[in-house]
Amino acid sequence: MFNQKILVRAIALTFLLPAAAKANDSNELEALRAEIQQMKQSYETRIQTLETRLQTTETVAGNADKKAEEASVQASARPTASNALNPDISLILSGTYANRSQDSNYHITGFQAGGEIGPGTKGFNLGESELGVYASVDPNFYGGLNLALAPDNTIGVEEAFVQTTTLPYGVTLKAGRFFSSIGYLNDQHAHTWDFVDNPLAYQAFLGNQFGDDGIQLKWLAPTDLFLEFGAEYGRGRIADTEGRDENGGGAGSIFAHVGGDLGISSSWRAGLSYLDVSPKDRKSNDIDALGSDVTNSFTGNSKVWLADFVWKWAPNGNATNTSFKLQGEYLHSTQKGDLTYDVDQAANTGRYTASQDGWYLQGVYKFLPYWRAGLRYDQLNSGSVNYGDNAANLANSSYDPKRISAMLDFSPSEFSRIRLQVSSDKSRQEATDNQVFIQYQMSLGAHGAHKY
Amino acid sequence: MKHIFKALSLSVLLVTTQSAQAALNVFACEPEWGALAQELGGDKVTVFTATNALQDVHHIEAKPSLVAQLRKADLLVCTGSELEIGWLPVLLRQAGNTNVLAGKAGNFEAAHYVRMLEIPSRLDRADGDVHPGGNPHIQTDPRNIAKVGDALSQRLAEVDAPNATFYQAKHKDFAQRWQEASKRWETQAAPLKGMAIVVQHKGFPYLEDWLGLREVATLEPKPGVEPTSSHLSEVLTQLQRQPAKMVIRAAYNSERPSQWLSERAKIPAVALPFTVGGSDRAKDLFSLFDDTVQRLLDAAK
Repeated sequence: MFNQKILVRAIALTFLLPAAAKANDSNELEALRAEIQQMKQSYETRIQTLETRLQTTETVAGNADKKAEEASVQASARPTASNALNPDISLILSGTYANRSQDSNYHITGFQAGGEIGPGTKGFNLGESELGVYASVDPNFYGGLNLALAPDNTIGVEEAFVQTTTLPYGVTLKAGRFFSSIGYLNDQHAHTWDFVDNPLAYQAFLGNQFGDDGIQLKWLAPTDLFLEFGAEYGRGRIADTEGRDENGGGAGSIFAHVGGDLGISSSWRAGLSYLDVSPKDRKSNDIDALGSDVTNSFTGNSKVWLADFVWKWAPNGNATNTSFKLQGEYLHSTQKGDLTYDVDQAANTGRYTASQDGWYLQGVYKFLPYWRAGLRYDQLNSGSVNYGDNAANLANSSYDPKRISAMLDFSPSEFSRIRLQVSSDKSRQEATDNQVFIQYQMSLGAHGAHKY
Repeated sequence: MKHIFKALSLSVLLVTTQSAQAALNVFACEPEWGALAQELGGDKVTVFTATNALQDVHHIEAKPSLVAQLRKADLLVCTGSELEIGWLPVLLRQAGNTNVLAGKAGNFEAAHYVRMLEIPSRLDRADGDVHPGGNPHIQTDPRNIAKVGDALSQRLAEVDAPNATFYQAKHKDFAQRWQEASKRWETQAAPLKGMAIVVQHKGFPYLEDWLGLREVATLEPKPGVEPTSSHLSEVLTQLQRQPAKMVIRAAYNSERPSQWLSERAKIPAVALPFTVGGSDRAKDLFSLFDDTVQRLLDAAK
C-alpha cells in the first residue's frame, strides 16, 4: 500500500521534473531535487526493511515447514496398514557338519533311552529350522506356535500354547503343547543351548527334552528373592511316544525355582523338580547279550527327580567383553513297567525295573566380544537294573557312560552364531566316538528375548 | 504366653500399618528414569533400578532378581523404542504382574513423550542394531528429561491418585529447578556450538542436537557392532581431512577403541557418564549434566 503511494508520487515528480526545469527557478528546482532525493532514500530504506522482514518471515515459515515435516515423519512411523497387528514371526536356521569316528547306530549302554537322541548322522546335516509365531491374543491371553521343520521334510509342532496374562497374584496358566519347566535346560529351545547337543542325562531320562500336551500353573511369590512354584499335568508324550488315549493324564510334574543376585556382578538360579510320567511303547535302541542291535519297547512308569543350578558372572553385570556361566544338573530316574525285548523279532515281554542317575557340569567363558569357549562333562551311573524275564536277552552292565565336550563359538551379533565342538563320547561301552561338529545358528525376524 | 501374644499382635499391627502407607513401587529400566522417578515421587515412591550405568542396556540378562522385582512393581518406567526388547518382554511374561503390562497405566515409556531422532527410513538388520522407533538414547538432552518429567509426574498422579497433589507440587519444584539448571548448562556450553566430534556408539544424537555438536564419524562400523581395526583406520584417515575436537564414548563402552583413536589422531578421548552413576560426580540428574558439560568443556580447551 505504502509502497505504491511512494511510487506514484515519485513517478509523478519525475514527470513534473522537466516542467519544473522549464520554470527556470533554480531555487525551487534545488528544493524539489532535495525532496526527491529524500523520498528516494526513505523509499529505499523502507524497501530494505521490508525485504529483511520478508526474509525473516520466510525463515520462520521454512522452520515451521521443517517441523511439520518432522512431525509427519513421526506420525507416519506408526503403522497404519491392516497387517500391522500381525504377530511376531521369527525363523531359526541351523545346520551342522559332523565328523565322527563311530557309526550312527547310537544307543546308551545300560539305559533304555528313547526319543530323538544321539549325535545325529555324519557329514552335512541341516538342523531343525524353527518357525515361531508369537503375539498377544487379546488383553487376556498370549499365544504362540513353534514349528520344527526337520531336514527330512517333516514338520513337527514343537510348541503351540496359550497363556494367561491377566490373572492376579502372580499366577500364570498355560495350556497346549509346551516344553516342561522342569530342570534348567528343559524349556530352552535348541538355538539357545551352549553346546550342539543336550546332556546325556537329558537324553537318557527325558528323551532329550520333555514337551507335552497339557496345562501348566505357575505362581511367582511376591518376595525380593525370586521364588517360583509350578505344576503341570499332561498327556505324557515323553521320548517320541504318543501319550495315552485315556481320560485324565499320563504325566504330572512339580517344580520350584529360586534365584537372586550376588552383588552387581553375579546372579544365580537353582531348582528342584519332580516328574512322574507313564510312557506307552517307548522305543529304545540297545545291544542284546549276543551283541546284536535290537529295538526294545517300554510301557510303564518313570519317576524323575531333577536338581539344577546356574550361576552367571559378568564384571558389573556388563557381559559385552567378559562373562562366565556355570551350570549343572542332577537327574535321578526310577522306572517300573514292562519291557518288550527286540520288538521286531523275539518280542519277548518281561518285567523291567531300573533306578539310575546322571549329571553334567558345564562352564562357558566369554573371553572377547563375540567369542566364547565352553567345557562340559557328562556322566550316567548304571545304578540297579532288573530285566526280569529278559535277563538272558539283555545283560546287566555296570558301565557308566560318560562324555566330555569342548566348544568354541563366535557370535558376531545376537542373531548369528558359528560353533565348533569336539566331544569324546563314551555312551557305548564298546566304542569311544570322537566327534567334531561345526554348526551355525541364525535367527531372522522378530527380536527374540531369551530366558535366563 | 501373654508376651508372645502381645508381640504377635504388635507385629501384625506393624505389618498392616506398613502396608497401608506402603510407597508406590517403581521399577525403572534405566538409572536416569529411576533418578527422575525419585525426584518426582520423593518419599511416596520406592524406586528399583534394573540396570546400572556400566551396563549396556541393549543387552541385559532377564535375571531372576529382575523378575521378582517386576512382580511387585506398581509402575514400570522404561525408555521404550525397543531399547529393552532383548530382556523386558521375558520379564513381563514371567512376572505375571497385570499392573505393568503394555497399555496399562503402570507401563510408562519415556520415548513416547519426546521428539525421536534418527528414525530409520529402512529396516534391515544388515544395518546393525536398528531401532524402528528412532534412536532410544533420549536421556542425553535435558529438554527431553523435562518433557518426560512432565509426563511421568502426570502418570504418578494417575497411578497413585491419593497423592496427586503431592506429585504436582514435587513436579512444579523440579521443573523450575530443572529449567534454571538447563539455562546454566546452555550458557556454559555455548562455546561448544558447532564443534566437530567423533562418537564410539551412536548414543549421542540428542546431546548433539541440544548443544549443536557436529558428529563427523562413528567408531562402530554399524550401530551395535564392535569397532574393527579396518574401520578405525578409515576414521583416522577421515579425521585428517575433516578434523574433530574429541572422541566421545559412554561410561559402559569399552575404552580401547576411543583410546586407540585418541592416541593416533591426537585428540582427547572423553568418557561421558551417559546416565546417573556413570561417573563419580554424576550422582543424580543435575550432577549428571553438570559433569557432562564440564567434561566436554575440559576436553575442548
